[in-house]
Amino acid sequence: MPARTLEAHIRHHQPRVTVIELHGEVNAFAEETLNTAYGEAEGQNPEVILLNFSDVDYINSTGIALIVSLLARARKSHRQLLSCGLSEHYVEIFNITRLADFMSVYPDETSALADAAKDTTH
Amino acid sequence: MTAFLSSIQRLRRIGPRSRKPEASRNTVRKEDWNATPSPITIAPDDPIVAYFLSMPGAIEIAKLHLDSPALRDLKSAGVTITIPLVSQGELVGLLNLGPRLSQQEYSTDDRRLLNTLATQAAPAVRVAQMVRQQRVEARERERIEQELRIARLIQQTLLPKELPSVQGWQFAAYYQPARAVGGDFYDFLYFDDGRLGIVIGDVTDKGVPAALVMATTRSILRTAAQAGDTPGIVLEQANNLLCPDIPPKMFVTCLYAILDPRTGRIHYANAGHDLPYQRHSEGASVLRATGMPLGLMPGMRYEEKETYLKEGDSVLFYSDGLIEAHNPARDMFGFPRLMTLMSDSADSVPLIERMLNELASFTGSDWEQEDDVTLVALQRKVAPENKATPSKLPEASDNTSNDGWHTLESFDLPSEPGNERQAMRKVGDALQHLDLSPKRIEQLKTAVAEATMNAMEHGNHYQTDLPVQIRVLASETCVAVRISDRGQNADIPDPQTPNLEAKLSELQTPRGWGLFLIKNLVDDMRVTTDQNHHIVELIISREGDSHASQNA
Repeated sequence: MPARTLEAHIRHHQPRVTVIELHGEVNAFAEETLNTAYGEAEGQNPEVILLNFSDVDYINSTGIALIVSLLARARKSHRQLLSCGLSEHYVEIFNITRLADFMSVYPDETSALADAAKDTTH
Repeated sequence: MTAFLSSIQRLRRIGPRSRKPEASRNTVRKEDWNATPSPITIAPDDPIVAYFLSMPGAIEIAKLHLDSPALRDLKSAGVTITIPLVSQGELVGLLNLGPRLSQQEYSTDDRRLLNTLATQAAPAVRVAQMVRQQRVEARERERIEQELRIARLIQQTLLPKELPSVQGWQFAAYYQPARAVGGDFYDFLYFDDGRLGIVIGDVTDKGVPAALVMATTRSILRTAAQAGDTPGIVLEQANNLLCPDIPPKMFVTCLYAILDPRTGRIHYANAGHDLPYQRHSEGASVLRATGMPLGLMPGMRYEEKETYLKEGDSVLFYSDGLIEAHNPARDMFGFPRLMTLMSDSADSVPLIERMLNELASFTGSDWEQEDDVTLVALQRKVAPENKATPSKLPEASDNTSNDGWHTLESFDLPSEPGNERQAMRKVGDALQHLDLSPKRIEQLKTAVAEATMNAMEHGNHYQTDLPVQIRVLASETCVAVRISDRGQNADIPDPQTPNLEAKLSELQTPRGWGLFLIKNLVDDMRVTTDQNHHIVELIISREGDSHASQNA
């Protein structure tokens, strides 16, 4: 099974929400892609950045570390980082690592955006 | 003979050099009385002793013809007549007289008077000698007691006041000095990285000299160990520092071990000390490493060895006071007895308690302890949650074992980044026919991926020609995945709970999740190592899987 390279697509869904749609595996190979995508998303100065993991089938400990780095960047610039589309297993991983304490985890993009819209309108 | 000779010296005051023993004090020249007489030494085997004992009464020296050094001394000192002072059949002194001032022979009356005097003086001299001897002995006893008190004080001051408190480990120590106080010592050294140094030693000799050498050795070892060098290097440095100052004919046997509580690794070197014993599930083994005692000669090298303690394993360090203890029949406690005791894993009594019980029953209640007895024991505790899982997986070559394990899959992977995904897939395939829930399988697969990554990166350093070997095993109650690499004796740190707040504040690296994830995704993780492999075993229980229904 060849490793799937991570691809990231950025969508500006709402004026203040940017979605980073991830495809592939979040591991050591994903570092550059993930950081570049985040930088690009940040360039729009959104209040919320949503990581969509629907097409991600593997996150390892290095991937967790990359997500922690993104979360640290978001906190520094007072941005909200959200996640959605994680499989049940990776939701468990986010709970074990307590990432879920610092970034809300939604089952899908729709519910995440709905919640983000509520938050950003207030 | 000290008291005896002393008596002779005193008697010499009225002896030959005065030349006027019967004269009044006024007629004796002052220099005669002030002159210190040369003592006459009478050896116990001098024939004159037997002669004096057989011939009570005044004896004319000039008439004696014996091959006796003492007789020659008496003659050269000018003694004319001597009266042996005999008390209870023992010669306690001589009453020596020079020639009479009148140059006449001693008369019968003189002799009778002298005999009467000697008869009365002998017991008095004897009593005086005994009193004097007792005083000397009392002073000697007091000196020895004082020395013992000092020696004990030195030792007790320098022995650790507390045992190490290390999670997952249990320590015990026992120290009982013999009356004569030998030079036993032990010590614990704490390193910043969590490792623990363990020292046990024995100085030759007893009393204050041994205690002082013990104190010096302890300080030298502490200093040498500070840099965190390996045990062999530390002993080498300690030996070189000790050699110039240690008194002649003294030396120190000493074992220095460094325990890494996270991995169970004990790295040790031995300077001629009694070999420790390790107790494990298969019995007991001796921890052997060679090296000369400290202080004998500089420039010595010390062999380094290591062992790993699994949960439930223990190690006993001890001094020769245990091994060389004798029973009333003069049999020695000995190594075979110790090995038997260490091998009996069925006994749940703590090691030191068991040794002391055995020692007490061996020596009997009237035992006078000949040497210090020092015992230091450490045990890796069995984690409560691990007790339900099997104690041992089958060896690599076994396809089935007595424990009911059977191999589901076995494969090698080159150490290339990303290959952990293959490990996940193959392990997942191997488990698909078992009654495990998908969630359980996912958990195990992620743990396998993390352990495989560690094996490839830290064990094999991503050398593609070094494979990671993976074997999937199942028993009726458990599934196990054994992952082995070529990382000889590599340490795996204890899984710590990462501090996410610190990582988010960029005070810590964002990494460091692998072992933590493994620990949280499987029921048990065991790490073992040998000279060629480093092995991680991941175990999950097939029982009590609350998600089994999802498998339907």
